[in-house]
Amino acid sequence: MSDVIHTTAAKTRTGRSATASKAYAAFLGIGLVLLVVAPMFFYPIFLMKLLCFALFACAFNLLLGYTGLLSFGHATFFGGAAYFTAHVVKEWGLSPELGILTGAAGAAALGLLMGFFAIRRQGIYFAMITLALSQMFFFFCLQAGFTHGEDGIQSVPRGHLFGFIDLANTTNMYYFVLAVFLIGMIIIWRFINSPFGMILKSIRENEQRAISLGYSVARYKLGAFVMSAALAGMAGGTKALVFQFATLTDVGWQMSGEVILMTLLGGIGTLIGPIFGAGLVVTLQNYLATSQFPVTIITGVVFMVCVLLFRRGLIGEFYASRLGRKLGFEHRR
Amino acid sequence: MTMIFGIPLQAFMGQLLIGLINGSFYALLSLGLAVIFGLLRVINFAHGAQYMLGAFVAMLMLQYFGINYWFALILAPVVVGLFGAVIERLLLSRLYELDHLYGLLFTFGLALTIEGTFRYLYGSSGQPYAPPPALTGATNLGFMFLPVYRGWVVVVSLIACIGTWLLIEKTKLGAYLRAATENPTLVQAFGVNVPLLLTLTYALGAGLAAFAGVLAAPVYQVSPLMGSNIIIVVFAVVVVGGMGSIMGAILTGYMLGIAEGLTKVFYPEASNIVIFVIMAIVLLIRPAGLFGKDA
Repeated sequence: MSDVIHTTAAKTRTGRSATASKAYAAFLGIGLVLLVVAPMFFYPIFLMKLLCFALFACAFNLLLGYTGLLSFGHATFFGGAAYFTAHVVKEWGLSPELGILTGAAGAAALGLLMGFFAIRRQGIYFAMITLALSQMFFFFCLQAGFTHGEDGIQSVPRGHLFGFIDLANTTNMYYFVLAVFLIGMIIIWRFINSPFGMILKSIRENEQRAISLGYSVARYKLGAFVMSAALAGMAGGTKALVFQFATLTDVGWQMSGEVILMTLLGGIGTLIGPIFGAGLVVTLQNYLATSQFPVTIITGVVFMVCVLLFRRGLIGEFYASRLGRKLGFEHRR
Repeated sequence: MTMIFGIPLQAFMGQLLIGLINGSFYALLSLGLAVIFGLLRVINFAHGAQYMLGAFVAMLMLQYFGINYWFALILAPVVVGLFGAVIERLLLSRLYELDHLYGLLFTFGLALTIEGTFRYLYGSSGQPYAPPPALTGATNLGFMFLPVYRGWVVVVSLIACIGTWLLIEKTKLGAYLRAATENPTLVQAFGVNVPLLLTLTYALGAGLAAFAGVLAAPVYQVSPLMGSNIIIVVFAVVVVGGMGSIMGAILTGYMLGIAEGLTKVFYPEASNIVIFVIMAIVLLIRPAGLFGKDA
């Protein structure tokens, strides 16, 4: 894959100046405080949905932004994990934390399988293969017994966290989801700043050179794919507990498109960009849900505008803006 | 009753025909995708939407202007082709310098917008479009009844596929196209208007999709969702065939359509996914695709 798509990518932590680090820490602190107090001001279910999608988008960005692979099949991991979690919690009576872990593990297994086929081709073909395999999984979910076809798995119990914290209580549930989100973000942050993550970035920048340096590029790509799938699964499993159902909507190709839009809108290759992208898209959907106007039109137009006019995304544009540069954030043209 | 592999011949031939018809649409659509990709290096995600547009334009022409099927078969591709040309000239052409993935994302957005608009205006349910009187009814072939319209679809799409192949392989315009695929800068230096060639190519691809859409309108129902349902399968077809050759795209389209039809006879549960399974197998054995040159 050529490296043009990554011109939007922001500098990594290692390349950031001291002012930028301070600014980043300040934003992080403010963000955390906002997230903790948010349920006092906003509808908690909406916030939980937002956090699930934000984690999903960040997991997706791990692949697109940091490895340079555009997957058009991430709905499989998000929706698949939602089914797995819902099934084990409802039918087997597993606790919520184990349910989410099962969902993530199942998504990782699916990711291993899909990645195994998809990494055989690059660029545009990679996108088409993931889309086709994900559609195959959609048809599987439509016909498989445990997913209950068009009905989906309904009235999933939220259960008790660690056996004693009642998650039917919305406040408890919110802080649980927030914890899952933060754990996911820490894993992502740790992952992209590990030696493994550095090699992924080198593959993104110049795959041929990475091969000539002796790295087994295919294995690293597969590793990143599985990691991204597992984290997407964590988000999907959590969403199934929040809404207490898992349906075909989450495995459809539209969902794969949505997560691409969230990432593109927020900023490909920025750690926090997808969170903002997800926030915008989810808010927009909530706002339009009551009107007759179909969301797809808006989504499509935003897609085109993003691709044509600001490929860096919101956060990428901020890093590149005068204020962003003043604060010391580096950006590449 | 004659049996073939334990299946009544009538049922077998019926599914084979359905497979052949689906294959005709796969061939026409993957052909258009391959032509566009060859020159523009853009995967046209809006191909399905343009196919849907073709069917809708034909239906609306009949409803509002009384334009019959035969004129629609010519006019709808022209209308959609012009629409494609405008999109390419104004918007898509700005993305050629960037990574190919942006072309895919842009056309994805375009597809969502078109589909969403038609769903908003006409609802999600399908609407019937009657085949022309000359092509209604069925003929008895001795071993099965062949609905005339379905036979017509197979013949016409075959002609359209071969015609496009001839246009690209045997005409002067086609030679320019092929040359521009190899080296656009050099061709431009020889005085050929390459940007115009790109616009024409995109219009041709969109027109082909619309042509398939008009053909499909009497077979399936005209619905805003008809495009996105077929485009993902066509992507799998393109992965199997590889986009290196026009003839490869056509052959793969027919082959996979027939494979899908036969699966419906022997193992109906898998008919939705058989093309994706074939894609996975081909990826294992020949990652570049059956006719592919580029990886």
